[in-house]
Amino acid sequence: MTAADVLLLALGAVAVGAGLLVVATRHLVRAGLHLVVCLGALAGMYLVLTAELVAWVQVLIYVGAVVVLLLFAVMLTRAPIGASADLDRPGWPAALVGGGAGLGLAALLVDAFRWSRVDLPAAGTAERLGEQVFRSWVLPFEVLSVLLLAALVGAVVLARPEIGRRPGADGTPPAPGRRTPPALPRADEGGRR
Amino acid sequence: MRPVIPYVTAALLFGLGAYGVLRRRNAVLVLMAVELMLNAVNLILVTADTTVRAQLPHAGQVFALFVIVLAAAEVGVGLAIVLQLYRLRSSVVVDEVPLDEAAVEPVPATVEGDR
Repeated sequence: MTAADVLLLALGAVAVGAGLLVVATRHLVRAGLHLVVCLGALAGMYLVLTAELVAWVQVLIYVGAVVVLLLFAVMLTRAPIGASADLDRPGWPAALVGGGAGLGLAALLVDAFRWSRVDLPAAGTAERLGEQVFRSWVLPFEVLSVLLLAALVGAVVLARPEIGRRPGADGTPPAPGRRTPPALPRADEGGRR
Repeated sequence: MRPVIPYVTAALLFGLGAYGVLRRRNAVLVLMAVELMLNAVNLILVTADTTVRAQLPHAGQVFALFVIVLAAAEVGVGLAIVLQLYRLRSSVVVDEVPLDEAAVEPVPATVEGDR
């Protein structure tokens, strides 16, 4: 066992333990904080596996953006301080499927790789990855940018239900408690407000 | 470097994510479990990049970057859906989402629910 193996084992144990807490804890906010620990440990594993750029992108996007977004959603929907008793449904089918998938895949991979040893390749720095992205993977990269734009527009449309709704079509007033921005004057609704 | 260590870690994380998606009732926690599964796949990709000598170098890491971008887009749209659901029903329990919307009257968000 080399130092890389020891580091990978330790970080992997931290990641799996924190992941277990994410799916097992009864505190909504703590689940998000355990997710930070899990993703940070995974970023450390990427560093040991010489994927430098992926590790820093993981820290920036996952820990910095995705987890903060998830915590925002927890706070905006329902964030009790203590434990919640109604977070789970009865668990044995989920345990069967999850445990079966995890242990089955682990058994397959152990059988495939045994205790073999490989040498680590050259580090995936930003320069090398950039060369690959802009040389061999340009088309997926551009398609991904279009997909990000589509997701952005979709999120905006979902967050503002008055976009695209025909006025008075279904008769339901906009949900009270929502602040309708006054910057959107509508000729047909001006008299009702 | 023994590649079996990160591979087994990724397999266990994927199992945990699948368990969380099936077990949790809160939609935000379901999204967190989906993130766990996506990260397991990322770890597989990065590890395969170090163990398998492909014709294009670093293809696995490039794919991991793409998956991270996809996950960011997914969580943005997913949370917009969750917040819209909370605005309509004042709860984010996925068990109680009606699949035939026409039969059920929506509950406005100002009603402080019993949840």
